[in-house]
Amino acid sequence: MFRRVFIANRGVVARRIVRACSELGVESVAAYSDLDRDAPHVAEATASARLPGFRAADTYVNIERVIAAAKTAGADALHPGYGFLAENPDFASRVADAGIAFIGPGPGAIRTFGEKTGARRHMEQAGFPVAPGSELIEDERALSAAARRIGWPVMLKPAAGGGGIGMRVARSEAELVAAFASAKALAQGAFGNAAVYLEALLPNPRHIELQMLGDGERVRCVGERECSVQRRHQKVIEEAPAPGVQPGHLADIGERAVAALEAMGYASLGTVETLLAKRRFAFLEVNTRLQVEHGVTEEVTGLDLVQLQIRLAAGERLDEVLPPERAPQGSNRFAVQARIYAEDSRRMLPSTGTLSTYRPPRLTGVRVEAGYAEGQAMTPYYDPLLAKVIGTGATREFAIGRTLVGVKAFEIRGVDTNRDLLQAILRHPDFLAGKVHTGWLEARLKAGPRPAGAPLLL
Amino acid sequence: MARVQIESEVTGNVWKVEVAAGDAVREGDVLIILESMKMEIPVEAPEAGKVAELLVAPEDSVEEDQVVAVIETA
Repeated sequence: MFRRVFIANRGVVARRIVRACSELGVESVAAYSDLDRDAPHVAEATASARLPGFRAADTYVNIERVIAAAKTAGADALHPGYGFLAENPDFASRVADAGIAFIGPGPGAIRTFGEKTGARRHMEQAGFPVAPGSELIEDERALSAAARRIGWPVMLKPAAGGGGIGMRVARSEAELVAAFASAKALAQGAFGNAAVYLEALLPNPRHIELQMLGDGERVRCVGERECSVQRRHQKVIEEAPAPGVQPGHLADIGERAVAALEAMGYASLGTVETLLAKRRFAFLEVNTRLQVEHGVTEEVTGLDLVQLQIRLAAGERLDEVLPPERAPQGSNRFAVQARIYAEDSRRMLPSTGTLSTYRPPRLTGVRVEAGYAEGQAMTPYYDPLLAKVIGTGATREFAIGRTLVGVKAFEIRGVDTNRDLLQAILRHPDFLAGKVHTGWLEARLKAGPRPAGAPLLL
Repeated sequence: MARVQIESEVTGNVWKVEVAAGDAVREGDVLIILESMKMEIPVEAPEAGKVAELLVAPEDSVEEDQVVAVIETA
């Protein structure tokens, strides 16, 4: 096992990693920018390391500075969390070159899944269902030919992208040609790579993802999550298990995901994201890191995924960290996570300010992952995630109810939050019936900015 | 000629300036794209006119309600 883990992250996930390290009896080193000196993850870690500056580019995503700080701290492992440098293959290999274990898969797997046409090819060859799509599109002639083969509507997607950023939908040849140049410019701007490809646009898909664990030889799927409640491709509510999907259908897609990751010797925690439309799964992407919504899987399986991720990185085998007789076989627990964001839900804008009040609730059956402390500022420099509230129960209704109570009881003042929107979703008949898809929330918010007093959701 | 001051709706940083002083703009045209909390927030022309002044440049930080551009309307 490692002696000292350097945490190249902040906020909610940094605290979560500190906790896992403490429970494993491993020292943790919290990195912090000048804005995060008073953050709880810094106080809770066994040591801390300053990254001077406040912009992400100068601090948490500055490869040189992060590696130098990890070396100075005497760390023998580095946990990247999620976001920032978590899926940067060059960073992963530089960390390894510095003699520090990267807690994640090797740079090869990060690179394979980071390039989306290569990822599609790998999954398809391994027998995982993939929606009709193209290779990289070089010119307009190839574009039109590929679109006709796939069928309308199509989506132009950045090959180096992910998380739904920079996608353009086209419903006709004219729209497609018009969108081509701007999609390339968008891809270049967002990812520094203008390459794009085409994929069929699936009608009202559900987002269902599979939590995977691998040791380089064997891979196991420990359950699925549904994350269909999204806005601007950002997940808002997640849950496990996925309501109303046939267990046999899930078992089959889980086995295919295992085969696809085993075929490349995947060694770490990872998530295979899929879209489910018209009772068929289609590959979306593989995230080679811990996910924000890992907690709902932990609540229904009783596993500690962050501890397992660290133990796998330290060289333990899958059968040691997860004995086959302990592998979760379905579950009679339900968990729902709500993400509390600093935002003005009516005007749909992020909200900055000082957290004059920040009091997470303590309630039975409610797990709270809080990243901040009272008096800290929410600044424009980092993401708007304030906290996660996870309700768990013996039925889905119970879990939803507990999440609702937890969101309501979380006292936050000083910034606007989406707590009213979360409550409106958790009470909405479509959500309660498990009948939502990835376009559902935006369709219900379509009326644009909602005036004060008007219901948040249609 | 009326001069319309355009204010930022958020605290953040200027990511891109999409127009130049003197450009004619239509209602809803994007003048500036701000970045805050990893989100892009467009600043749009509230009505048609000509860009009279651009008061920010890329990487500048802006406060909520700060005037970022001025438009002259016909």
